[in-house]
Amino acid sequence: MDAGNVQLQLPTSNIQFLNMNIRRPATREAIEGYIGISPWLIGFLVFTLGPMIASFYFGFTNWRITTDAQWIGLDNYIEMFTRDRDFFQALRVTFTYVIIALPLNLVAGLALSLLLNHPLPGIGIFRTIFYLPTVLSGVAVALMWMWLLNPDYGVINSLLGAVGIPGPKWFFDPDTALLSIVLMNLWRVGGSAIIYLAGLQNIPPHLYEAAEMDGAGVWSKLWNVTIPMLTPTLFFQLVMEAIDAFQVFTAAYIITDGGPMRSTLFYMLYMFRTAFTDFEMGYASALAWILGIIIMIFTALVFKSSPLWVYYESEAKR
Amino acid sequence: MTTLTASQPRARAFSSHALVRRANSIAVFLILLFLAVVVIGIPVGWVLLTSFKDAKQIFAWPPNIFPDPIRWDNYTGVIESLPFIRFAANTLFIAIFNIIGRVVSCSIVAFAFARLRFPGRDFLFMVLLSTMMIPHQVTLIPTFALFQKLGWVGTYLPLIVPAFFGAAFFIFLMRQSIMTLPRGLDEAARIDGATTWDIFVRIIMPLCIPPMVLITVLTFLWKWNDFLNPLIYLSNYDDYTIQLGLNMLKGRFNIQWGMIMAGSLLAMSPCVIIYFLTQKYLIGGIANVGIKG
Repeated sequence: MDAGNVQLQLPTSNIQFLNMNIRRPATREAIEGYIGISPWLIGFLVFTLGPMIASFYFGFTNWRITTDAQWIGLDNYIEMFTRDRDFFQALRVTFTYVIIALPLNLVAGLALSLLLNHPLPGIGIFRTIFYLPTVLSGVAVALMWMWLLNPDYGVINSLLGAVGIPGPKWFFDPDTALLSIVLMNLWRVGGSAIIYLAGLQNIPPHLYEAAEMDGAGVWSKLWNVTIPMLTPTLFFQLVMEAIDAFQVFTAAYIITDGGPMRSTLFYMLYMFRTAFTDFEMGYASALAWILGIIIMIFTALVFKSSPLWVYYESEAKR
Repeated sequence: MTTLTASQPRARAFSSHALVRRANSIAVFLILLFLAVVVIGIPVGWVLLTSFKDAKQIFAWPPNIFPDPIRWDNYTGVIESLPFIRFAANTLFIAIFNIIGRVVSCSIVAFAFARLRFPGRDFLFMVLLSTMMIPHQVTLIPTFALFQKLGWVGTYLPLIVPAFFGAAFFIFLMRQSIMTLPRGLDEAARIDGATTWDIFVRIIMPLCIPPMVLITVLTFLWKWNDFLNPLIYLSNYDDYTIQLGLNMLKGRFNIQWGMIMAGSLLAMSPCVIIYFLTQKYLIGGIANVGIKG
């Protein structure tokens, strides 16, 4: 519509210079293209870019939801890094979780995908079974694990007791609470296994045949063929899982409420409390940006390191 | 067996190889079976059994594995003590609008990215891909403030309206599918005088049923399981979603594990049913993302 109006007001030669003539198929296509992507573009500006800029600004204010935001410069960040013990605890918990859960998920997912790649009759049934936990999430699963890991009546400790191992107190012990959440989320490893599996099935069989000709054994094939060929998939999955791992919330909120003794005070839970229990929106915005920056640095490092370990077949051909 | 006793060395090598293969297959099968039983079977089975026990059976020592007698009280108890059906209906309402919003908006946007040429397209698509990596919490608070200003907090609007503006992951997924369709289809239609809209609705969309099913199923699952957003935006008890209801269940019956497990199973059952019905689309579709991405 705009382009049509422009055409009425300006001499024709100018319009062609501006490349705005609506009758030209290319211009028409461009306008249709912009109309087509407009839902996303508007959504991006209103629900992503706008809020990101806003939260950057709010990070420098004292703002309780009921009052107007008041500029206080770097005070939120100074408070955070000099006095806020919960902030450091939240960082420690979240980083510990990421450092344990990420490699564990990677190795377990890879191992499971290798098993699921075996040509067996009925292998599809196993794939369906192991993927199942991925479609269940949220509160129901958290409640389920609260009961399964109940120190006195839970099935895990009953089974451990049956073979003579005294079960830990799981969510109730500061030493094992975080580990329990790691285990609980490891239950959903089938989700990444399915993605690795797709990667495995894309590896050309002739590579294995060539390796066998050269006398490669099972481990050698795994290390020299499977893993290098799978690195693009691993790379993708590592980035996506890390972003998730930094944002654990429901399990901590439902099961432990950050306890015992703040041992599961995940960053997201701390931020949620600051924003929606204490209504310190300015401070919470500053917290959000710090975690955002940490995730961005992590992602950037993974991307930067990728030429060292991610193998793209097209590069080798060059 | 006869080949084993045969004297040709080549035949012997071949059959011993086959034997190793078979032994491997059996080992893999047994490992998978063991894992399936331990990792999935025991937890799910235990939860299921607990939901049919009364408190006396649950806390009995030595523990009974099977409920005797089978009690349905937990299920009736959950439905009577909480407006569970209502919560489910609320969640379904939110999910359906999200599905409509996402399928429509993501299809249009993906089509424009895949098929139309306009300046800045590749740059904007890169922007779209990078938004997948922006952590949700950075935008959480200002978005809340925005909805607060609009007076939408306490209504379903914050949970529904954003879906009509597309979702990066699904746009990406849909675009990948459209890219695999031959351009000759569009060009033939163009020659016959079809408009861009005709091509989108009559030619491309009918061929995009699998990604649309994937968007529908995943949106349903995510909205059904979403906890944080309803927690932030809903305040009225009658408006609660199923996940908020479950959270109440925990607060209300702190020790009544039978009832809590019955409620959890009820809440999970739609996801399980939908998963089993659509798992071909789901597993295939999800797996493709990692490959092409």
